[in-house]
Amino acid sequence: MRELDYHRADDAAGAVALVSGDPEASFLGGGTNLVDHLKLGVARPRVLVDISRLPLDQVEEVELPGDSGGGPGLRVGANVRNSDLAAHPAVRSGWPVVSRALLAGASGQLRHQATTGGNLMQRTRCVYFQDVTTACNKREPGSGCSAIGGYARYNAVLGASEHCVTVHPSDLAVALAAVDAVVVVLGPDGERRVPFEELHRLPGDAPERDTTLAHGELITAVELPASAAAATSTYHKARDRASYAFALVSVAAALELDEAGRVADVRIAWGGIAHKPWRARVAEQALLGAEPTEERVAAACADELADARTSEGNAFKVPMVTAATQHVLQSLQGGRR
Amino acid sequence: METRIRLTVDGRQRETSVDTRTTLLDLLRERLDVTSPKKGCDHGQCGSCTVLLDGRRHLTCLALAVAYDGSEVVTAAGLTGSEGDDETLHPVQQAFLDHDGYQCGYCTPGQVCSAVGVLRELGEGHPSHVTEDLTGPVAADDDELRERMSGNLCRCGAYPGILAAVREVAGQPAGGIA
Repeated sequence: MRELDYHRADDAAGAVALVSGDPEASFLGGGTNLVDHLKLGVARPRVLVDISRLPLDQVEEVELPGDSGGGPGLRVGANVRNSDLAAHPAVRSGWPVVSRALLAGASGQLRHQATTGGNLMQRTRCVYFQDVTTACNKREPGSGCSAIGGYARYNAVLGASEHCVTVHPSDLAVALAAVDAVVVVLGPDGERRVPFEELHRLPGDAPERDTTLAHGELITAVELPASAAAATSTYHKARDRASYAFALVSVAAALELDEAGRVADVRIAWGGIAHKPWRARVAEQALLGAEPTEERVAAACADELADARTSEGNAFKVPMVTAATQHVLQSLQGGRR
Repeated sequence: METRIRLTVDGRQRETSVDTRTTLLDLLRERLDVTSPKKGCDHGQCGSCTVLLDGRRHLTCLALAVAYDGSEVVTAAGLTGSEGDDETLHPVQQAFLDHDGYQCGYCTPGQVCSAVGVLRELGEGHPSHVTEDLTGPVAADDDELRERMSGNLCRCGAYPGILAAVREVAGQPAGGIA
């Protein structure tokens, strides 16, 4: 491992100044992903700026500011641990999809350590990205993509490019995409708010960039708007073992039905499908105003997946994510959250 | 870069200088001679390095020691004697003995610390992935215990004994292979 300078940040603005002014500096939060990358040689920063003790550890019920949509909501500090967020009573009742997604990820130990902001900034678990002896455009731009034509079980089926076919690993991010969260970001020029769908990006010709944040911008909080749909939401994760594994596919969904049992509001996001949490807006549109029968949900998913590109190794994801979406919407109609 | 840090480890104040690249696990084992936490995978996948850090179960392999200055670490060894003498086993340790919750024993200190953490989390009403009702009370049934202990692998496959041990301390009827 390369020699490391370590700074414990006293305040968020100071941390941002340190990292944004040094291309070889990196924020350190819970460290569950970054410390692994230091050992693997995947990340080679010269300076770590430890933000884990900044007082960004509160979950507060607030009136959201206008640029987060206004209205009642929850403000989650970036340093709130995954375990604490999952167990928070307001999250369990108002945004159950967020609790469910967090509890489906990692292990009890890791959830105590991992932070809200860090979870969103974690990097892909593509086996080639994590193996410095292989070509990977995300780790080393221009070196090629070993996953194309290689081990494909976890590869993306939507939105991939000839440069990168990996998927985003976070469960929490899929849930936040489904509840229209807003990410509060502090940069050298002050604070801005990023709609969740605009935080992560598709790989295109720059797969080394997972997010739209500039180097040195720091997530300080995530804001969750309250809604009837968010309060009737859940998460389903399909994986190769029953616990402690990354998703093959996952579905976060929030549903509000009218008195006739037709869809008044629905939000669907998919994990394990693309380089970013995939908000299934085509499927949502197809379901609005209709009774969400299994057939209609399957047809809506087929519309969403019309441009899917698969190989032998990951073709199962198309029927799997369709069935998972049917299952989740059925569960929500049955009142299970 | 070397930094001085202070830790409380199993009730003892320890102060040492540490290279910023050193993990908490390597500091404990190689510098402080606290060898109860084990290095299994060293990548956060096996749980054998689990300790109780400021009261909660935590991996030490994915933790840079320098970031934990001032923290309190309790390892499985430090649980012994926590009743006030030097020899009385913690109820979780005793249950692992009573139920054959190990074979080679390498993962056991991590399993024990994780089990203590699980019982505290259950006591605080934390839900898990398999909890049916997110807003209701949580029960310490076998499905819950298996899910909550999933971050600790045992390559000998002593899971039935481990489950029986944790089940007993969680107040459920004893059973399994004992």
